[in-house]
Amino acid sequence: MFSSSLLRKVVMALSGLFLISFLALHLAINLASIFSEELYNTWSHFMGYNPVVQFVLQPILVAGVILHFVMGFVLEAQNRKARGPVGYKVGSKGTNSSWLSRNMLLSGGVVLAFIGLHMYDFWLHEMIYKYVESNPIDTTRYYGFTVELFDLTRTVIYSVAFVLLGMHLYHGFASSMQTIGFDNKYGKAIQAFAKAYAVVVPAGFIFIAVYHFLNPIQ
Amino acid sequence: MKIHLNVWRQKNAQTNGKFETYDLDNISEDMSFLEMLDVLNEGLINDGKEPVVFDHDCREGICGTCSMVINGKPHGPQKLTTTCQLHMRSFKDGDHITIEPFRAGAFPVIKDLMVDRSAFDRIQQAGGYISVNTSGRPVDANAIPIEKDKADASFNAATCIGCGACVAACKNASAMLFTSAKVSQYALLPQGRVEATTRVLNMVKQMDLEGFGNCTNTGACEIECPKGISLENIARMNREYLSASIKG
Amino acid sequence: MAKLESKVPNGPLAEKWSKHKNDIRLVNPANKRNIDIIVIGTGLAGASASASLAELGYNVKTFCYQDSPRRAHSIAAQGGVNAAKNYQGDGDSVYRLFYDTIKGGDYRSREANVHRLAEVSTNIIDQCVAQGVPFAREYGGLLDNRSFGGVQVSRTFYAKGQTGQQLLLGAYSAMNRQIQRGKIKSYTRHEMLDLVLVDGKARGIIARNLVTGELERHSAHAVVLATGGYGNVFYLSTYCMGANVMAAWRAHRRGAHFANPCFTQIHPTCIPVSGDHQSKLTLMSESLRNDGRIWVPKKLEDAKAIREGKLKPTDLAEEDRDYYLERRYPAFGNLVPRDVASRAAKERCDAGFGVNKTGEAVYLDFDSAIMRYGREKANTMGLKDADDKKVRVLGEEIVEAKYGNLFQMYEKIVNENPYKTPMKIYPAVHYAMGGLWVDYNLMTSIPGCYAAGEANFSDHGANRLGASALMQGLADGYFVLPYTIGDYLADDIQTGSISTDLPEFEAAEEAVKERLEKLMSGSGKHSVDYYHKKLGKIMWNKCGMSRNEQGLKEAIKEIAELREDFYKNVRIPGELNAMNSELEKAHRVADFLELGELFAVDALNRNESCGGHFREEYQTEEGEALRDDENYRYVAAWEYTGVPSEAKLHKEELVYENIELKTRSYK
Repeated sequence: MFSSSLLRKVVMALSGLFLISFLALHLAINLASIFSEELYNTWSHFMGYNPVVQFVLQPILVAGVILHFVMGFVLEAQNRKARGPVGYKVGSKGTNSSWLSRNMLLSGGVVLAFIGLHMYDFWLHEMIYKYVESNPIDTTRYYGFTVELFDLTRTVIYSVAFVLLGMHLYHGFASSMQTIGFDNKYGKAIQAFAKAYAVVVPAGFIFIAVYHFLNPIQ
Repeated sequence: MKIHLNVWRQKNAQTNGKFETYDLDNISEDMSFLEMLDVLNEGLINDGKEPVVFDHDCREGICGTCSMVINGKPHGPQKLTTTCQLHMRSFKDGDHITIEPFRAGAFPVIKDLMVDRSAFDRIQQAGGYISVNTSGRPVDANAIPIEKDKADASFNAATCIGCGACVAACKNASAMLFTSAKVSQYALLPQGRVEATTRVLNMVKQMDLEGFGNCTNTGACEIECPKGISLENIARMNREYLSASIKG
Repeated sequence: MAKLESKVPNGPLAEKWSKHKNDIRLVNPANKRNIDIIVIGTGLAGASASASLAELGYNVKTFCYQDSPRRAHSIAAQGGVNAAKNYQGDGDSVYRLFYDTIKGGDYRSREANVHRLAEVSTNIIDQCVAQGVPFAREYGGLLDNRSFGGVQVSRTFYAKGQTGQQLLLGAYSAMNRQIQRGKIKSYTRHEMLDLVLVDGKARGIIARNLVTGELERHSAHAVVLATGGYGNVFYLSTYCMGANVMAAWRAHRRGAHFANPCFTQIHPTCIPVSGDHQSKLTLMSESLRNDGRIWVPKKLEDAKAIREGKLKPTDLAEEDRDYYLERRYPAFGNLVPRDVASRAAKERCDAGFGVNKTGEAVYLDFDSAIMRYGREKANTMGLKDADDKKVRVLGEEIVEAKYGNLFQMYEKIVNENPYKTPMKIYPAVHYAMGGLWVDYNLMTSIPGCYAAGEANFSDHGANRLGASALMQGLADGYFVLPYTIGDYLADDIQTGSISTDLPEFEAAEEAVKERLEKLMSGSGKHSVDYYHKKLGKIMWNKCGMSRNEQGLKEAIKEIAELREDFYKNVRIPGELNAMNSELEKAHRVADFLELGELFAVDALNRNESCGGHFREEYQTEEGEALRDDENYRYVAAWEYTGVPSEAKLHKEELVYENIELKTRSYK
């Protein structure tokens, strides 16, 4: 399956689309933190302790992330090789394609680094809480922990990462539709939706981060 | 008008090349770009030097032989125009023009600005045809009506001149636009549907074997294509390929 | 070889081809596997022939100087391909296509060949559609047609302005299938430099690998030359830059007769020359004459004002315009054959009515077509009282759909918008009706050496009708040659493969080497292009649209002198045994320098005017061509004797059993 360039790209597109759909879920939960502390805690607890989420969905998500990144690097390596030994002296200076589309590796790399930080902030914390320190179940701890995390540094780092994520999605979402062969009379509408999604979803994340930074727990 | 050229010179595939600069005077705006190079070469020959070798033949924008990257753009600055149809009126007096060969791992340089694009031929040999023999007694041409829209879309894909600008423009040196144009031409016609599955699988396989890169949908190929071949063809090929892979 | 044996089969005209197919010998499939055929050139004729021969089971090697078979200049044919399908129900038939072609060729082609061409024309369309050639279609899903010059029916099939491209890609795809099967071995960037004869039969070639400069020997049981025409002898033409006569000329020097070299087509609608730097001319398809009207100003002072840029063509009132084709030829109007339209343009320009700076251009005007189409469209849209502006917009859309790519090409080259101001056009060299003499089987006077497509002389007489070149190339390649070659190869089933170590190959390669070394040894005063341009000037001025005895005699002398100077003083930098673009040009020009002389000799010999050959001494009072059927109703086939001007003339009498010879009239 991985011997064909088209199928490798389909893997890239499908894993990307899967991660895109996960973002919507993630955003929904995060938004809850603005409206209701209680709802946020309930949802977070469900995500943290439900065995289906923990032992089925979470591994799938991790696999999706790994697949997407590994494939991304494999494709990039092949592409560099395909370009040949001698490069152009004069570049096209971005007149024929967008900067975003040509720098998916850069935006993706930043997002990858961010995921590392994000895992450190939340996942590692959870692991230590649950399995190292074997703390008792506390269904109300999530909100406070989240809000306290967003000091100035975190807020800036998270916001920058989300901008890069948005840029990644702006090309990536529409691109994955093209890769799986989507092209019909709804094509234009889907493209528009993909681009809107790439702006709105990361903006939502940034809004939440900034909101909590500006409204610390008194 | 006066122009300053910076031209890639390379003796053959085995040696390394380098840029040489040339200054030209008395260039007319009505000259085509290649006629300007003719003037350069005439001067070089009169000085006993080897002329700059470049691919060209029909000089009317249809054979797809001419190539070159001019100031960073395959076929130069004008949209929907091959190098041979580019005229000097697209440049200004005193301009510096850098001319490079099409660059891609799968298009090795033969000499100067001339590259080997036989990979394209091999992609087509892998399946870019409909298997009918010359018999003198096939079905009447009007036996199968074809929707005008489909016939026109097939024609539009078939107008690809196989010049390789898509590969030259692509940051990944991907040949998807070229391959998909050929796949699309046949996929859109009832005559081509019969072998659609094997065709797309074989052509993509050959495309990969030739060492072209992967499409990342930057769209540079469509912008630089002198014949305006559409990205829709790539989506169509992706679809054809997926369904062919599922069918097996 | 006193008499030329045309081998036209007996019997009624309409049955000759079927009868011949039944009578000729065949090679059985098992034996075909043991027979090799070399095909030179991969345009319509070469690609279709090699694909069909390989399908039949022969082992085929193809050679082209381009980097891919798909780039042969057939690809540039714009307008369309004729076929007697009568899909339009406008009275077309095989006979009418046959008759139009004979008449269009001014009664200088072979009846049986032309009838065969008309017969197989319908198969071409069927074959190409089956191959996936996307011809233009109507909304009902059926194939569309348009009209071309010299006929009164719509029988031309087309794919916008890129018909040649689509047909060639079709033939190339058929070739690709055979390459994949291993039945065709394709040699690209290879050029044939000589034909090798063994025991008087064509048995192979000497080719040069253009990338490495190496000479190669290739053997076969038969050699097919599908190398196109020799119009580049004029330097400026609508041919591609690489088009040359070398393969045909080398065969001529080895014994193949060259027929009617002076029959060359000057196409009326090309973009005029803009300056000395010009390297080639660009055709504007004849299909434009379906809708464009050709005119010059009626008054000399208007023409002068236009040339000086003081007056715009669009400012000239209708009554001040001279639609000279409609005036002189009311029955065919703007759709007269090419030779007639070209001469008429030259006549007006010579008389001082030319409309560009050089005085060598006439207008091709789409204004009335735009308004007519626009009005029709407005009516069908229910806009009964649309104003002129709206009508013009609608009309321009329709014209764009029909000829968009041509208009775009024109605008790129000339930098004027042809929707708003009439195109400027002038005749230019476009096609060679003459070529290697072939018999009914398409075999030249060398046994085993065949010529197909434009490279042979057979079907177009003294003038080719529009959209007939594609027809002939594909007819020869798909439907004629693959059958007729079997008759010859039937003798070779036990020959076995031909060794390239034979002394004949050795000698031919030596001769080629010597020739190349001679070219490289020039003193180095002038470039190859310098000579080519000089030759072109002589040809255009003295062997062009009109010729006379004195001019032709001068041309013969001047070309011989130029040739001598060429060998002495040409400069070819670079190496012999490496890629050398100047050396490639040089040996092509060397052969043009011989062909040009034979061209003039042939034109001087033909004391009549017919088709594309117009001798000023032979014209009617109205300036129309004056044919001499009594003395010149023959094919002039020239045998090489060492010097082109001393070539020996063989006459093939043209017998017209089915058509009455008439003065060609398009009035």
